[in-house]
Amino acid sequence: MLNIPVIRWGKPYDSLDKDTIKHFVTGEPIAQVSQSNRGLIERDMRFAHKAREILRQFTIDDIIGRIKKAADLYESATLPIGDGQQTPEDFAKQQSSSTGLPEHMCRMNMPKNSFVLRNMDKILESLTRGLPLDILTRGYGSESRGVTVSYQAQAPVLSAVLPSNSPGVHTLWLPAIPLQLGLVLKPGPQEPWTPLRVFSAFTAAGLPAEVWGIYPGGPDAGAAVLGSASRAMIFGGTATVEQYKGNPRVQAHGPGFSKILIGDDMVDEWEKHIDLMAESIFINSGRGCINCSGIWASRHTKEIAAALAKRLGPVEVKPPDDPTAGLAAFTVHGQAKAVWGLIETELKEAGVTDMTGEFGPRLVELERCAYLRPVIAHCEAPENAIAKKEYMFPFSTVVKCPQADMLAKIGPTLVGTIISKDEQFIRHCVDATHIDRLNVGPIPTTRLNWLQPHEGNIIDFLYRNRALQTA
Amino acid sequence: MSATIDSPSDIASLSKAAREKLDAHTYEMVQWHFHDSTGSPFWLQKKREYSFDPLKEVKCFDDLKKFPLFEDDWLRGGPVRRWMPQGLADKPAYIFETGGTTGIPKSRLVFEDHWIDYEVFSHTLPEKYFPMGSNWLMLGPSGPRRLRLAVEHLCQYRGGICFCVDLDPRWVVKLIKKGWMEHLEAYKTHCIDQALTILSANHDVKCMFTTPKLLEALCSALEKQGKSFKDTGITGIFSGGTEFTPQFTRFCVEEYFGGPPEESGIFMTPTYGNTLMGLACSKPVSAADGYKISYYAPQPRAVVEVVDFDDHTRIVNYGESGRVKLYTLTRELFIPGFLERDEGEREQPFDTYPWDGVSGVKPFRGIAAQTTVGVY
Repeated sequence: MLNIPVIRWGKPYDSLDKDTIKHFVTGEPIAQVSQSNRGLIERDMRFAHKAREILRQFTIDDIIGRIKKAADLYESATLPIGDGQQTPEDFAKQQSSSTGLPEHMCRMNMPKNSFVLRNMDKILESLTRGLPLDILTRGYGSESRGVTVSYQAQAPVLSAVLPSNSPGVHTLWLPAIPLQLGLVLKPGPQEPWTPLRVFSAFTAAGLPAEVWGIYPGGPDAGAAVLGSASRAMIFGGTATVEQYKGNPRVQAHGPGFSKILIGDDMVDEWEKHIDLMAESIFINSGRGCINCSGIWASRHTKEIAAALAKRLGPVEVKPPDDPTAGLAAFTVHGQAKAVWGLIETELKEAGVTDMTGEFGPRLVELERCAYLRPVIAHCEAPENAIAKKEYMFPFSTVVKCPQADMLAKIGPTLVGTIISKDEQFIRHCVDATHIDRLNVGPIPTTRLNWLQPHEGNIIDFLYRNRALQTA
Repeated sequence: MSATIDSPSDIASLSKAAREKLDAHTYEMVQWHFHDSTGSPFWLQKKREYSFDPLKEVKCFDDLKKFPLFEDDWLRGGPVRRWMPQGLADKPAYIFETGGTTGIPKSRLVFEDHWIDYEVFSHTLPEKYFPMGSNWLMLGPSGPRRLRLAVEHLCQYRGGICFCVDLDPRWVVKLIKKGWMEHLEAYKTHCIDQALTILSANHDVKCMFTTPKLLEALCSALEKQGKSFKDTGITGIFSGGTEFTPQFTRFCVEEYFGGPPEESGIFMTPTYGNTLMGLACSKPVSAADGYKISYYAPQPRAVVEVVDFDDHTRIVNYGESGRVKLYTLTRELFIPGFLERDEGEREQPFDTYPWDGVSGVKPFRGIAAQTTVGVY
């Protein structure tokens, strides 16, 4: 069994308080994870400024070069993790064992992180709109058009309270170190694996370990990470997002409520897009905020729902090491049952039709975990309560709604795919401030272009573009 | 008691003597609480409902198992005088409350128990770090709480004067439940500011009571001022609660205090207790023992058992986990078995406390998720 320490500015710290991560199927202990107490984090944060000082001794180009090497190491090398060594295959098995994701999905998610690392130069160029990166190091400089610009770092480190459920979120904090800010991470209790492996890969690639703090722990540790940060990310539910709304120090990432809107001009050809819809709902077991949870159209909605139910409804629970497994387990005791209880109630509302019920029970309870098989529900109107819901498994509603009413009724939407060629409808979607990422055309909600900002531009979050004049 | 007694036979004989004392004390308390001339209306009414006669059929501690479990909800609402033992009716009484963030709090009627419990505890404090006559800081809950008056009495009993802060834990719980975390931080800062003001005012404070959360906040605030805890001049800290973990202790000793007591001159002792029971003391905590914290109830006034999660009548084996079950046996309060909201491991007796203890205390797994712990 691995022993995973707290990382305090690069140094391992073995806490007396440990949490045991167990395999969600067998109950076998996988790792003992040292837990951080609040004071420990707050005390370390007194030295956060050193992380930026250390990173500014490198050029950003140098850091990016080393990160490209780290990308290869992350994807292919055997790396030290805690008191053990971890191959990429170990990583996939360990991440699967604690998060409930099938092993092949964990394997598939690794290249996403390494892609972002490998393409960090292009990503930063896109996000900064071609700014010479030494301006970030120096704080000011001259652009190619001869204008002096200043970008001021708003914090010496980026802090993040990370979730357990979706390995995909890690791409969001990866640009911090090339932007010469340290990282202070509180990993999700079931997913310490990615932060640790990225840390190990960065260190092996010659980047300084001293700019990293990794603080596993309970809610108090999360509060300490957030409370002592000038810039922090948190991942949670709607309540978390509401709690930090308007707080410039915290970027809160919550449910995505991602949707596909089919325009009246294309809806008669819905069958052409059924693969795209199914992929958007089902890929990565529907866990991500970018997975589609609502398909909106003015007609053919019952047929669309029936086709998706026929496609996804029969999907069965399979063991995590089965390469064809499509469903992730709920590893927190009672969670799947509670979610299913909510859905059952919502399915009973007038105007809502359970389209997947005929394909057998959705809730599958095993000895140490539970699964929810895909659920497709049809809504006669946007007012049905279930039309505004998102759950952490392949779940979607198909909502009947006139095109003219859609934008007013969809609510907040992280990724909106608009299947339409209607210029006016597209223009309204472009103008809709409640859609964060917009895909115009048949693009799955889950297919992201990393050269574009996601839930806010990280440059704008970490740096302030302000005036600076020199004489 | 001698610290040199450690052989199994010595412990066995000490344990036997302690048990005989507990049995005699139990008999005496049951006679007091169930006799018409001294008992409280509550227990005299209960006696009429029982199928056994406590006065005749409870002769030793084990006979307390004949009583059903005490339900702390009985303590909500009045009339509060139903808890007043007739034998104490002429004494001035205090009411101490627990809970009460929403709804009616649990109330305990007290006469002198909080003094007695803390006087007993006082004798366990090392004079070197808790000097007699020194002033104290009570950085903990104020209001209708036993702790505030008890700590003040402890200080007075040791010849000192106690400085206190205003801290309303019910407001803290409301802030947490509402998710107003910035207000929570502001309120914590408000409490710590009060403490810093007292400590900066030349009052020669050498001892304090506080909780782990507040101690962390105080040390953190001091470090932001470029100071350390040592600069406060405090040498003795008495703290407690389920958040007083081995890791917390180690962290304080190694990082806030600057070493173990013999190096830093700062001694911290954990305690475990509540409004119903009193104060359980800790076996000395040391790095050599992995900062393990084991609590021992002040027998015979109170008893702690570690019982099976599913069968509260079965005491678990030494080293096994179970739920904490409390008994309070004073003239002021009779609790013949109450399941605490905590769990822990059963610990062996030792020479200072030749009866069972409990270590690794943490919120009971069955209700931990619903409980807001360590709010102050």
